Amino acid sequence: MKKHLVSANDLTKDDAVLVLDTAKELAAISDGLVKKLPTLRGRTVVNLFFEDSTRTRISFEAASKRLSADVINFSAKGSSVSKGESLKDTAQTLQSMGADAVVIRHGSSGAPHLLATRNWINAVVINAGDGTHEHPTQALLDAYTIRKHLRNNTGDLSGLRVAIVGDILHSRVARSNAILLKTLGATPIMVAPPTLLPVGIQDWSGEYSYNLDEVLPKVDAVMMLRVQQERMNDAYFPTAREYARNFGLNIRRQKTMQKHALVLHPGPMNRGMEITAEVADSANSVVIEQVANGVSVRMAVLYLLLGGTNNETGDKN
Amino acid sequence: MSANSRNSVRVVLESSDISRALTRIAHEILENNKGSKDLVLLGIPSRGVPLAKRIAQKISEFEKVAIPVGSLDITMYRDDLRLRPPRALAPTEIPEGGIDHKVVILVDDVLFSGRTIRAALDALNVIGRPSMVQVAVLIDRGHRELPIKADYVGKNIPTSLIETVQVTLADFDDASENVTLFGGEG
Repeated sequence: MKKHLVSANDLTKDDAVLVLDTAKELAAISDGLVKKLPTLRGRTVVNLFFEDSTRTRISFEAASKRLSADVINFSAKGSSVSKGESLKDTAQTLQSMGADAVVIRHGSSGAPHLLATRNWINAVVINAGDGTHEHPTQALLDAYTIRKHLRNNTGDLSGLRVAIVGDILHSRVARSNAILLKTLGATPIMVAPPTLLPVGIQDWSGEYSYNLDEVLPKVDAVMMLRVQQERMNDAYFPTAREYARNFGLNIRRQKTMQKHALVLHPGPMNRGMEITAEVADSANSVVIEQVANGVSVRMAVLYLLLGGTNNETGDKN
Repeated sequence: MSANSRNSVRVVLESSDISRALTRIAHEILENNKGSKDLVLLGIPSRGVPLAKRIAQKISEFEKVAIPVGSLDITMYRDDLRLRPPRALAPTEIPEGGIDHKVVILVDDVLFSGRTIRAALDALNVIGRPSMVQVAVLIDRGHRELPIKADYVGKNIPTSLIETVQVTLADFDDASENVTLFGGEG
């Protein structure tokens, strides 16, 4: 595996399957009585969050703590960043404090890449979502959840078709998922109104469509994305009601899907907008399980990037 | 001397020897514990697992009762994690009934430094509190680095540190079964 996890492209098929297999064994341990392993004792993981997050930050924190790493939580609000400190200076501060891994979420696409490539810091960099670019650990936990239900928790995802529906344009989750699903042999299908598909969607791995009703009966899983009001400066669709009518997942649409087909959502959900409450709480919905799987998958990533010698903090010499 | 004679390869146990050693270990386990009550066999991946299953099968043949057998992955408890690239994990399967108040017998193929057994003791600690822990190995090759000894040994093989011992099991490696000693520059 590469030293950092900045993009889903950093993972080969073997790497991705190794992460999922490792997560499977770690999940078995998490189900046990004792939820703590000594593996990363003495290692420091910094959660560097320049953007709000509940799930991802807590998930990384829980994962680090279950592996006995020390966790330092940093959020931009209330730090020197609000006084105008640059990313470089923040990084160098963390370096001198002895961070072994930096989990970074940033509003600007490319911030984790900058951190990983500029030699400001010697630590392992894990991207926890950057702007509208990527969110690789979310893609890994989605793949884990799909594999667990549809592939008996082993191997890859070859032959599966997965629809990713909604705000593809602003979604880092969609991009990472499209890449990783392709890596694992599945076919991603982007579904959105033309205004919410990025320029160059033709070059993405997989297929795309403007019509949700045509796609749904043919997929093994559907991933509903949140409509990101905070990133929308233009009018991408006339009204929220019209969006919900054309691209929201309701019971009527869910009934057209195959019996085994899963419903995923990376959260936070806008119930009534992209997904109705009935569907979100239905038997085929794995939204809550995704959160639990997130901890196992992030433990696996931390173990594989931080547990061995390749990423020893002393390797600068 | 030619390179060939320097790198000796010697088969120290044939398939039938392995089978006889496991039969004896099974008898010794029963004798030592006065029967099979409360016994749990845990194999340490990878080759400890098939060995544990074989010993358990032999015990159940002798005693006509099923013996709980499982596996215990010790990767996350190793003390040399940071000296090597990260390893893939193997499954941990604790038999129904757990290990509390049981006599746990750890089974591995080769006992060398003793560090694997130390890690296994830590891993057991997390799962429960056995009344007793014993160790069974197919090969003891010496060179202990920790105060650990095996209770049941298939065969003691004195080795030098540059030699390697390889256990091949028919049901695991899909190759002809034996124990081979590869000489370094001896």
